[in-house]
Amino acid sequence: MYTYDAFDETFVTERVAQFRDQVARRLSGELTEDQFRPLRLMNGLYLQLHAYMLRVAIPYGTLTSIQLRRLAHIARRYDKGYGHFTTRQNIQYNWPALKDTPDILADLAEVGMHAIQTSGNCIRNVTADQFAGAAAGEIEDPRIWAEIIRQWSTLHPEFSFLPRKFKIAVTASPNDRAAIAVHDIGLKMVRDQHGEVGFTVYVGGGMGRTPFIGKEIRAFLPKAHLLSYLEAVLRVYNQHGRRDNMFKSRIKILVHEIGADAFRERVETEWAAIKDGPVELPAEELARIAEQFAPPAFETLAAVAPEFEMRRFEDRAFARWARANLFPHRQPGYAIVNLSLKPEGEPPGDASAEQMDAVADLADRFGFGDIRVTHEQNLVLPHVRQKDLYELWQALLPLGLATPNIGTVTDIIACPGLDYCSLANARSINVAEDITRRFSDLDRAHDLGELKIKISGCINACGHHHVGHIGILGVDKKGEEHYQITLGGDATETASIGEIVGPAFSAARIVDAVETVVTTYVGHRAPGERFLDTYRRIGMKPFKDSLYATH
Amino acid sequence: MAPQMVTANRLADGVVVYLAADGRWRERCADGHVVDDRASAAQLLATAEAAVATCDVVGPYLIDVVPGDGGPRPQRYREQIRAAGPSIRTDLGKQAEGY
Repeated sequence: MYTYDAFDETFVTERVAQFRDQVARRLSGELTEDQFRPLRLMNGLYLQLHAYMLRVAIPYGTLTSIQLRRLAHIARRYDKGYGHFTTRQNIQYNWPALKDTPDILADLAEVGMHAIQTSGNCIRNVTADQFAGAAAGEIEDPRIWAEIIRQWSTLHPEFSFLPRKFKIAVTASPNDRAAIAVHDIGLKMVRDQHGEVGFTVYVGGGMGRTPFIGKEIRAFLPKAHLLSYLEAVLRVYNQHGRRDNMFKSRIKILVHEIGADAFRERVETEWAAIKDGPVELPAEELARIAEQFAPPAFETLAAVAPEFEMRRFEDRAFARWARANLFPHRQPGYAIVNLSLKPEGEPPGDASAEQMDAVADLADRFGFGDIRVTHEQNLVLPHVRQKDLYELWQALLPLGLATPNIGTVTDIIACPGLDYCSLANARSINVAEDITRRFSDLDRAHDLGELKIKISGCINACGHHHVGHIGILGVDKKGEEHYQITLGGDATETASIGEIVGPAFSAARIVDAVETVVTTYVGHRAPGERFLDTYRRIGMKPFKDSLYATH
Repeated sequence: MAPQMVTANRLADGVVVYLAADGRWRERCADGHVVDDRASAAQLLATAEAAVATCDVVGPYLIDVVPGDGGPRPQRYREQIRAAGPSIRTDLGKQAEGY
């Protein structure tokens, strides 16, 4: 994992001192709120419904156990004992006091963390596949490139005041777990016909009020040219993106309006001028960063651990958890372990300080001190020996972190919604909680197979409702919470934007409506079909008919 | 017009507050000063803006309120949640303090 060098340490420490001075000047009245707001936002500090909210960057969703313990400490000391892991692999604290934030940032800086560029019209925290460095079938660790992008984009003077915020995601697996199709730039590592590794570049994906799937503008970009090419994309956007209308200012609108071909031509023209120039990364710097993502000291083990097989055979509950929450590791004898932050009836993505400390301890004991945060708001221990899985599972059970529901109907993404967010029109967490109660029967949930429900409390779509198999959007209808359902969304390598099924449902009816959708799927599914497969085969009509027949 | 009061967030810690009749900022909505004509509402907001200048609060605005058992309470559910705390964590926010 990347460790700050002296340059990084000095940079974040100086930044904390700057912000401490800015907060002091705000509290003394030397700075007005209008003057201070952009300064606090540049440090991830928002003012939300109940209090300030601090969004801390977790670059590409990777944490050390030391960092996770520090996040627990901050939750305990400065907040109300918990944090919320977000759809951008970050963590948000919902209750910090302004006067405490310089101390929080100082505590973060000590463990190589900060909240810079978690807000504002700049390049935000770079996200990546949460199984990076562990997934079977991965081309190479995409975090090397995510870290290079992080360093290049941090306080980039040319790209600190873009027309609007800008999000980049990287994956190196054929199975896209990083939702690259709905990012401003999506990067997928591929091999060309000569075996050389590079990137397929997608641009102009996004959600919000105008959702788009990203368009491929380059099938193969050699790795060495990544930064100059990204710089060219950002320059074209910075120059031509709209600044006159906030709702049309994302790169997706520019790409849509001029077309992917015209956008590509502009990028290629710009790139030709800067390619092989000073922005390209020197080989020695690439090597310095790459070596920090070297694999941990894996043991040489048999592909399957007999202890693991025996426990799976003997213990049905363990077998169920293993089936839902484990993923294949590229190293024989190891597994990728998902820790669900979606227990029945609880807010998706929330973790208490005690849970964070416990996960850090378990990561040290079983997984090289490595923890990942997923954009689906769960945690991951990426490298666990199969023979340790039963012991790990037993330790997770009393912590409430062993719900066997990854990828199932209760593994719901939900934004904070109107319970916390000042932009929201409706609550979303309560809907998620009610759905997890409705589908609490694990046999039923597993029978339904992969089913992704995503809930947003407003059209900004932080809860990714556009790409939910079942998407739920909270709207305000004459002062009352209502929920619009979309069907057929998909955030993976077969990405699609969900379609609105019809008029919104009241808060009292939304869980029944979700159940009607699920029941309709069960009634129509062919053997082995996931919800999404059935939807794509039979279309909207059967769902619409059953929803509005009883509406 | 509907009865109104002024709410804001306290600058130093962000806590939701309401402007009381004595010009102080209170944490309970029920302690807020209710006005029911436009001139009084404008005057109340002007008082609040002065508190912005002295760094007591940020972002004051008027909200509609309705009479309740324990005093006035917000009309809109957004403001009801803001006055009480997260509906999904009743152990947090003002609701946890018995407000």
